[in-house]
Amino acid sequence: MNAALPRWADLILLPLINLLLALGLTALIVLATGSDPVAALTALAVGSLGSADAIGYTLYYATNMAFTGLAVAVAFQGGLFNIGAEGQAYLAGLGVALAALNLEFLPPALLVPLAILAGAGFGAFWAAIPGWLQAKRGSHIVITTIMFNFLAASLMVYLIVNVLIAPGSMSPETRRFTTAADLPGLASFGFPSSAPVNLALVLALLAAGGVWLLIWRTPWGYALRVMGESPEVARYAGIDQGRMTVLVMALSGALAGGVAVNELLGAQHKLLLGFTGGYGFTGIAVALMGRNHPGGVLLSALLFGALTQGGAEMAFEVPDVPSEIVVLIQGLVILFAGALGNMLRPGLSRLLQRKPA
Amino acid sequence: MAASDAAAPAIELVGIDKRFGAVHANRAVDLVVRRGHIHGIIGENGAGKSTLMAILHGFYQADAGTIRVNGHEATIRDSRDAIRLGIEMVHQHFMLVERFTVLENVMLGAEGGARLAPGAARARAELSRLGEAYGLTVDPDARIEDLPVGAQQRVEILKALYRGAEVLILDEPTGVLTPQEADDLFRVLRALRDQGRTVLLITHKLREIMAITDRVSVMRAGQMVAHRNTAETSIAELGELMIGRRLSAPAPRPAPRLGETLLEARGLSLRDAAGVERVKGVDLALRGGEILGIAGVAGNGQGELLEALAGMRTPSAGEIRLNGRTVFPGRDFNAASLRRQRLGHVPEDRLRSGLVRTARAAETAILGYQHDPAYRTGLGLLSHDKILAHGARLMRDYDVRPADPSLRSSLFSGGNQQKLILGREIERDPAVLLVGQPTRGVDIGGIDAIHQRLLACRAAGKAVLVVSVELDEILALADRILVMFDGRIMGELTAAEATEQRLGLLMAGVQDVAA
Amino acid sequence: MEGFDLIPILAATLRVATPLLLAALAGLFSERSGIIDVGLEGKMLVAAFAAAAAASVSGNVFLGLLAGIGASCLLGLVHAYACVTLRGSQVVSGMAINIVASGLTATLALAWFSMGGQTPPLPASARFLPITLPGSEALAGVPVLGRVYAALIGGQTALVYLALLLVPLSAWVLYRSRFGLRLRACGEHPAAIDTAGISVARLRYAGVLIASVLCGVAGAYIATAQGAGFQRDMIAGRGYIALAAMILGGWRPWPILLACLAFGLLDAVAIRLQGVVLPGIGAFPVQAIQALPYLLTVVLLAGFVGRAIPPKASGTPYVKER
Repeated sequence: MNAALPRWADLILLPLINLLLALGLTALIVLATGSDPVAALTALAVGSLGSADAIGYTLYYATNMAFTGLAVAVAFQGGLFNIGAEGQAYLAGLGVALAALNLEFLPPALLVPLAILAGAGFGAFWAAIPGWLQAKRGSHIVITTIMFNFLAASLMVYLIVNVLIAPGSMSPETRRFTTAADLPGLASFGFPSSAPVNLALVLALLAAGGVWLLIWRTPWGYALRVMGESPEVARYAGIDQGRMTVLVMALSGALAGGVAVNELLGAQHKLLLGFTGGYGFTGIAVALMGRNHPGGVLLSALLFGALTQGGAEMAFEVPDVPSEIVVLIQGLVILFAGALGNMLRPGLSRLLQRKPA
Repeated sequence: MAASDAAAPAIELVGIDKRFGAVHANRAVDLVVRRGHIHGIIGENGAGKSTLMAILHGFYQADAGTIRVNGHEATIRDSRDAIRLGIEMVHQHFMLVERFTVLENVMLGAEGGARLAPGAARARAELSRLGEAYGLTVDPDARIEDLPVGAQQRVEILKALYRGAEVLILDEPTGVLTPQEADDLFRVLRALRDQGRTVLLITHKLREIMAITDRVSVMRAGQMVAHRNTAETSIAELGELMIGRRLSAPAPRPAPRLGETLLEARGLSLRDAAGVERVKGVDLALRGGEILGIAGVAGNGQGELLEALAGMRTPSAGEIRLNGRTVFPGRDFNAASLRRQRLGHVPEDRLRSGLVRTARAAETAILGYQHDPAYRTGLGLLSHDKILAHGARLMRDYDVRPADPSLRSSLFSGGNQQKLILGREIERDPAVLLVGQPTRGVDIGGIDAIHQRLLACRAAGKAVLVVSVELDEILALADRILVMFDGRIMGELTAAEATEQRLGLLMAGVQDVAA
Repeated sequence: MEGFDLIPILAATLRVATPLLLAALAGLFSERSGIIDVGLEGKMLVAAFAAAAAASVSGNVFLGLLAGIGASCLLGLVHAYACVTLRGSQVVSGMAINIVASGLTATLALAWFSMGGQTPPLPASARFLPITLPGSEALAGVPVLGRVYAALIGGQTALVYLALLLVPLSAWVLYRSRFGLRLRACGEHPAAIDTAGISVARLRYAGVLIASVLCGVAGAYIATAQGAGFQRDMIAGRGYIALAAMILGGWRPWPILLACLAFGLLDAVAIRLQGVVLPGIGAFPVQAIQALPYLLTVVLLAGFVGRAIPPKASGTPYVKER
């Protein structure tokens, strides 16, 4: 099953083929529902990239996905499957909100960084616990992070509905944060002020660069990759895997916390129920499609951001096709790029070897 | 079996050929095994014995060739076909479900109906009958995980007999046994032969072949090179056939120039994850300029001792001193810190722990030393150029082929992987070098090169500790030999005192009477 | 004390526990064969949709059940193909199935029924209805026992009885039958199965397919017995709670039943405590009870109380080794 592929095929061709398979299957399903897949795809493309406003939304969604994609990818590099980005992002929202609501007296230059740090810290904490449980108690991190998603949801519902809710409000959300905590939009880059894309996008790009440096250009990243390849080799090399597991999970959770920054400081300006909207799970698709590489993650985040934005527009244009079709595409990408990843590899490898490039 | 083919051989293999990718494991192998014989197949590690037997047992399919059973051509597509033909195999790694009882394991695959209860009653009766007939007594309700290794092997044999084995294949069955347990096993095998069953014994131990087989076939590099009646051959001849050249006495070498004591262990004990004591109060001292060999049957605590000395496992008691300093008990006892204190370590199982398989050779070449500033850029980040340059130099110096530092580590042959690891651990000029199974899975050409490297370390005044299950290797390298049995040091012999007989007794846990 | 009538609470416990039990037993068969199944949720969701859609179109609840089982099995085959044949990651495959199911059902529901992602509400004739046991009326006069007979032992849908019956059946199959012996061995040490001349792949496909059938029944129950039609993401995490119940039950049928009943009871109590004001605390934190199954699973997996030991080979694809 380990047919060796040339690097370019492994990193670019295979993900593209998997994407095309997912899109093709989706088109067939659209066809089966009696709608026109061409019209749907056109609406999708126009809706995601057809105007500055659309692009602004696309980038806004892509920001969330870049953060969760990086979160999943960085843990994957260490051989850990973090399914808990959703819950970690949710908890990060608590950190962001607590800082933004309680430190209103600070100037923006202090308040915003502090709120970001609080979000990252809460996300890191929520991820570090499953990491610690795996390192010290041997619990399977997949199951623990799944459970922690639900625990996060229960905790947040309780806190928002019973504790943090704005006095006198009927809807389960906090009051609006002070404007001093608003992340500036990117109007100066030519985006209309209605588009929610904001400075968090820049933060995501910086995070991707940082993750790349950390994983491929530091001894720590080397050790992380060794652990991901084989715990036995890591033990031989004297790598402290318990510490490594907790740290990389904390980093993963902090990255997932970027969703809270983008959503709460950049767009919503208050803490509300379910603001994470499944981005934690999308992150799995993003990471798989991006081959767990920060560059790949950014590209696939852009793709999924476009699909999300385009999907919402398409749902208006083609009434029988709901925006949830984007979820279907995400699932299919995880299926083809992840679980069925070995399906095309041997054949593709043979094909490429026949005519040496 | 029809009476007409009573004279036909039990097993006949003709032109068996098998490749695994680039590895040609079996080349046109022919073999005839007579009924009621104990037939040995001998060869070095990697000679293709196990592959051949796996083909006979249906675990693999041959690419070409014919199998005849009792004179009839047979198609063996999977183990089911083999079992139907009465061919059973006791694997080197037992095929027992640890959480099942003996009875459940024996029944697996031969349950005798969709409901377990009737078959279980039959199996219980049959087990006690077989147990009496062959002296194979095991409690049918004991859980496998609670049984010692020798008893687990008895279960494997019982399982085979219960399924009606006419031909029983045993793959390196004594590797995990003490000589006494091995004797018990041989007694059982003789009893099987006397009842008309056929036994195929795969081993790389010449003495076993001489002790028990009726006939022996020798494999080398995937080919069958000779067949002999055991009574008409000798250890010397078989050894020569097996290795392809005359076994020479170890080359004479200068007496060791002993330096200071560099590594010392006192009362060292170690428990495994399950709490079982694997190393029991071991004392040893290793001086610069000598090679200390640790001999023993695999699984008597040598591997655990090696890992403890290397800092990969934390001992439960005792003291370790490295270069005159106590490192255990100590706050900073771990593999990384011992490495910094000039301890080199070539692990026993290089594929599982010494190599970063999917990474480039150059990256494997810095494993454990990734923090070295020599591999950094001015900004403190890892420099790929420097890592590649280092890898290329190391591969040239230690004759690793192909000398391409960008090639994936898993793509090198066993010998070249070992040279890469050895080079990595030696080039930093360690004071103490620990080496586990220096030449396991290394082709014959590579063995000599690796031995020369280790002897060069000795000449350079390093303290070298070699753990090996190959007695020949221990005898060829060591100045002093410690023999381990059941987690303890049974005795110590100098190179001059050591003979296979004396080592064998110690390995069996018998105190050396001559000492 | 009108808020705490025990019989309706226990009856609700049974109703809530049924889909959990079916799905947890599904996970049991899959994982005992060596295939981790985090895709219980997705299979139930697809089954719920297929069952509701088929029942709504045909008006026949049994056709709905069959459609649910069929849809779940299709996803199960994908899972088995990915995990057994291609030896892909079992967790990734399970997650993919959950996400595909969520998107697919929402898409098809809207396209086929144009009701904002729901199926039309099912009439009583196209649902599983509570069964009134004979003699319920006659016994109605007997205090306590009469109501227990009518509303707890009786008054349940056929699928509830089926689920309960599956517990001893599963125990028998696992521990007393040839198939069960082989399935358990396959999840512990697949090479032992292979060398005994039995196909590991076939056993694992069987484990996954049994799991799919059970998930199919669970999904159909939720859409056509507990509910009356399909709604978007209507499984609402029950697949994961079932996973938790399976772990808490230590991969054994009877303890799994206990875990499911406990979770069912928690849920039934939580619903009744909604809005109840406790002196000194204020509104009762229902979320605390809802979070309990997840918390218990975490605690148990971490070995703080007892120890959950999964089948040894579950999660690892079987590769013949040299």
